[in-house]
Amino acid sequence: MLRRSLISALAFTVSALAAPMVRAEALAADAFVKQLSTEVVDAVKADKAIQAGDVARIRALVDTKVMPHVNFERMTAMSVGPQWRSATPDQRKRMLDEFKLLLVNTYSGAMTQVKDQTIVVKPLRVAPVDGEVVVKSEVRGSGEPIQLDYRLEKAGEGWKIYDVNVGGFWVVEAYKGQFAKDLSAGGLDALINRLAEKNKSKPAAKG
Amino acid sequence: MKQLRMAGSVVLLLWALGLSGCATSTIFNSSKLAASTGPTTEQSDPWERFNRSVFGFNEVVDVALVKPLAETYRAVVPRWLRKSVDNVFGNIGDVWSTANLLLQFKPKAALEMGMRVATNTVFGIGGILDVAEEVGLERRSEDFGQTLGVWGLSSGPYLVLPLLGPSTVRDASARFVDSKFGPEALAFREARDRYGAYTLEAVQTRVNLLNASRVLDEVALDKYTFLRDAYLARRRSQIYDGEPPEDSTPAAPAAAASATQ
Repeated sequence: MLRRSLISALAFTVSALAAPMVRAEALAADAFVKQLSTEVVDAVKADKAIQAGDVARIRALVDTKVMPHVNFERMTAMSVGPQWRSATPDQRKRMLDEFKLLLVNTYSGAMTQVKDQTIVVKPLRVAPVDGEVVVKSEVRGSGEPIQLDYRLEKAGEGWKIYDVNVGGFWVVEAYKGQFAKDLSAGGLDALINRLAEKNKSKPAAKG
Repeated sequence: MKQLRMAGSVVLLLWALGLSGCATSTIFNSSKLAASTGPTTEQSDPWERFNRSVFGFNEVVDVALVKPLAETYRAVVPRWLRKSVDNVFGNIGDVWSTANLLLQFKPKAALEMGMRVATNTVFGIGGILDVAEEVGLERRSEDFGQTLGVWGLSSGPYLVLPLLGPSTVRDASARFVDSKFGPEALAFREARDRYGAYTLEAVQTRVNLLNASRVLDEVALDKYTFLRDAYLARRRSQIYDGEPPEDSTPAAPAAAASATQ
């Protein structure tokens, strides 16, 4: 009896040790956010070019490290609202591209601000409902902590981000407000043109 | 969030004059609207035309005066001194946050903020150093507008104040209390000192926002609506301590407040 429990304890220890290797399988949502934010912050801190605002490098970082974990189509669809459903595949593609560019530009601006901050992810207090959950975190540096929350959906074995909250303001909500005027005045095409215009002015303005 | 504070009474006078230009009937209609809908809709902004013109004015003043002033200040004053100025104002603000937390019936948070003030005043040489930060006592800024929100008062229509920027009828009114009873009013008794302090604080705040305003230019298609929606969402989030309910019913804040009593 004793030997059997010893063996099972041993087996448990071994499996616990082996766990990090297979953790991608069933990573909890908060652990996922922690892992992702640590990775990104570390990458920024280790890269002087990014801190100096090198747009190409930042885009590369966002594309490789962040975007694979974002359900960007859902984010865009939610921001656009009902008109997304009637959009043609071509419109959708252009909208996704332009919106992504806009967000990456914004992200590049924010990344130049990363210095001595740390990100503290708060443990989940509610279990996921229908495979969706909100993970809360805080950026701590000098001054008051900044609230940084994520809405996540279950995607296969992992998680995908579909909305982000900065200081109490959800990105989807923000862009719903930003898009509404163009959408009601000229439809999705007007909005896409507007975004394209905005994006075109960007790299030149930044130098 | 520390907001720009400048020559409060002059500004509020301007504001009152601006308000009297609007029909009084809209005040009643719109406050009903604002209470019954979500925080970041156009309905919260019945005075958009007036607000946009004040916003335009603020942008001009910012570009012509405040931003250059902040940039000069940042270039001339060494980092350690700016940090010290920031900390001293932060510490004074923390006193007011503590008082407001007590008014919001949050004794635990008030105690923590009180400890923060005590630590920084004693060990941080009158607040010049932020030692409390290093021992993990984080700052949670509270003002009287938030306290009114916790008590259940809805924000009323969105309002852009000259020089001071985004606000609401509730938050703008609460500024009277902030400036009358806030620790700055007590610390700097002479009006001249007080306005000097406000100006310095405003410049320091603008320095802290120099980078943020650059990001803002990139993120927004329409800066006015972006700032408005962000302000309303942020205030709502602050009132619920970062966890606002998903759908907003006007009775919710009052219910939450009475539950904590």
